[in-house]
Amino acid sequence: MAYSTKVIDHYENPRNVGTLDAKDTAVGTGLVGAPACGDVMKLQIKVNDNGVIEDAKFKTFGCGSAIASSSLVTEWIKGKTLEEAGAIKNTVIAQHLSLPPVKLHCSMLAEDAIKAAINDYQLKKSA
Amino acid sequence: MSDRPIYLDYQATTPCDPRVLQVMLPYFTEEFGNPHSRSHAYGWRAEEVVEEARLKVAHLIHADPKAVIFTSGATESNNLAIKGVAHFYKAQKDHIVTCATEHKCVLDSCRHLEQEGFKVTYLPVNSQGIIDLKQLEEAITDRTSLVSIMAVNNEIGVIQPLAEIGKICRAKGVFFHTDAAQAVGKIPIDVDAMNIDLLSISGHKIYGPKGVGALYVRRKPRVRLTSLITGGGQERGMRSGTLSPPLCVGLGEACAIAEAEMASESARLTALRDRFYKTIQAELDEVYLNGDLEHRIPGNLNLSFAFVEGEGLMMGMKDLAVSSGSACTSASLEPSYVLKALGVEEDMAHTSLRIGFGRFTTEAEVDTAAKKIIQEVKRLREMSPLWDMHRDGVDIKSIQWAHH
Repeated sequence: MAYSTKVIDHYENPRNVGTLDAKDTAVGTGLVGAPACGDVMKLQIKVNDNGVIEDAKFKTFGCGSAIASSSLVTEWIKGKTLEEAGAIKNTVIAQHLSLPPVKLHCSMLAEDAIKAAINDYQLKKSA
Repeated sequence: MSDRPIYLDYQATTPCDPRVLQVMLPYFTEEFGNPHSRSHAYGWRAEEVVEEARLKVAHLIHADPKAVIFTSGATESNNLAIKGVAHFYKAQKDHIVTCATEHKCVLDSCRHLEQEGFKVTYLPVNSQGIIDLKQLEEAITDRTSLVSIMAVNNEIGVIQPLAEIGKICRAKGVFFHTDAAQAVGKIPIDVDAMNIDLLSISGHKIYGPKGVGALYVRRKPRVRLTSLITGGGQERGMRSGTLSPPLCVGLGEACAIAEAEMASESARLTALRDRFYKTIQAELDEVYLNGDLEHRIPGNLNLSFAFVEGEGLMMGMKDLAVSSGSACTSASLEPSYVLKALGVEEDMAHTSLRIGFGRFTTEAEVDTAAKKIIQEVKRLREMSPLWDMHRDGVDIKSIQWAHH
């Protein structure tokens, strides 16, 4: 299967690989996917007092498209408000990376990961 | 060769040996006769070289040359053996026994027979990929016409106990077919000593040309089959169509070379494989071998690199040509059914690579490949949330994953 140059770029030079302190109340962690399905994404966001994502990190187990999708969204959500980040649609991710139909689930997983991280952050805030 | 990926996928196909190509060439041009032409020297010459080739194929498996017919490849041979025997004996018998890890063309032939009303037993395999002989014995009934068990598995390279299977089949009075596409030329095969009644051969798995194979069909006691392709009645009526002398000659030469070099090549490949595997094991933890190591052809390894997804791994190794049991490399998004049959968990099946060594693999290539794999596995594990969990002592199976 031929990958798009953008997928290859993110796969070879992934942005924002790493871990934030999950115990920090300013940090939200999303863990989506399943090992049995061949992809697991962990996405973490650090949110400042104005509700803006000031840092994002990811770790992904999966194919090149899954790694690229998660790397891309960490770039996109930095500097965005939670509302803006939560509105990112998988179709836009898929389009940007030129994912073939068989890889669309990678972009859906990336969208889910953002939502899960935001959820986790808000849950911690309200607790 | 240097700017091309290192080829480590010898179970998928092999290059045609230049020595094979050399002997094939005249039969494309000046010696172009139809081997079935009886009235002139062009035909006689073509027939003569086809029969010489048949002799070489037969010799490799210790068979009567008259019992070897040429086909287009192992897929056709398997279809012909299974459907042909089932159809011929269907008035008395309507049951086939095969196994869960067979090649798709065997399983699909069986599925088609099931749709026609035949019954098929799919034997399981143990965690090493080997069938249980007791289960085989119990599966055979007086309605069974054929047992079809592969000699060597294409994904994990494990060798089934052919002689024991043959003995059981002979005692029970059922025919024994084996798909030997991955076995012929790599391990000794003797159709008489092993009581094999039908045996499928592929040209391109043994450094011969693509588009040719053979089927051994025992004459004593005689195995009858209904042909799939009808027409001029060539190949003793079992496979009509004009034979291709260059392809037959190529298969014959490939068999002769494989036979002459089997012992030395087997020792060389075993050394290369062990060298590769030891290097990997010395540098990486959490690497698991799929399938038995002892009952295995020398040129195959199937390894699961835990916490690293197979397709992602292959993408980082563009200079290596290997294949993966990961779902992501298949259109169906299902991980390897062979690994599944061994009881390999789906998450581990996603991390598997099949590494195949062959006649043109060098020690330098093996070392380069091992180094590259080690480097990529380490890089991707640093990127893997599962690797983090493993290092933190989290049991990945204890987590409630949302399956999608």
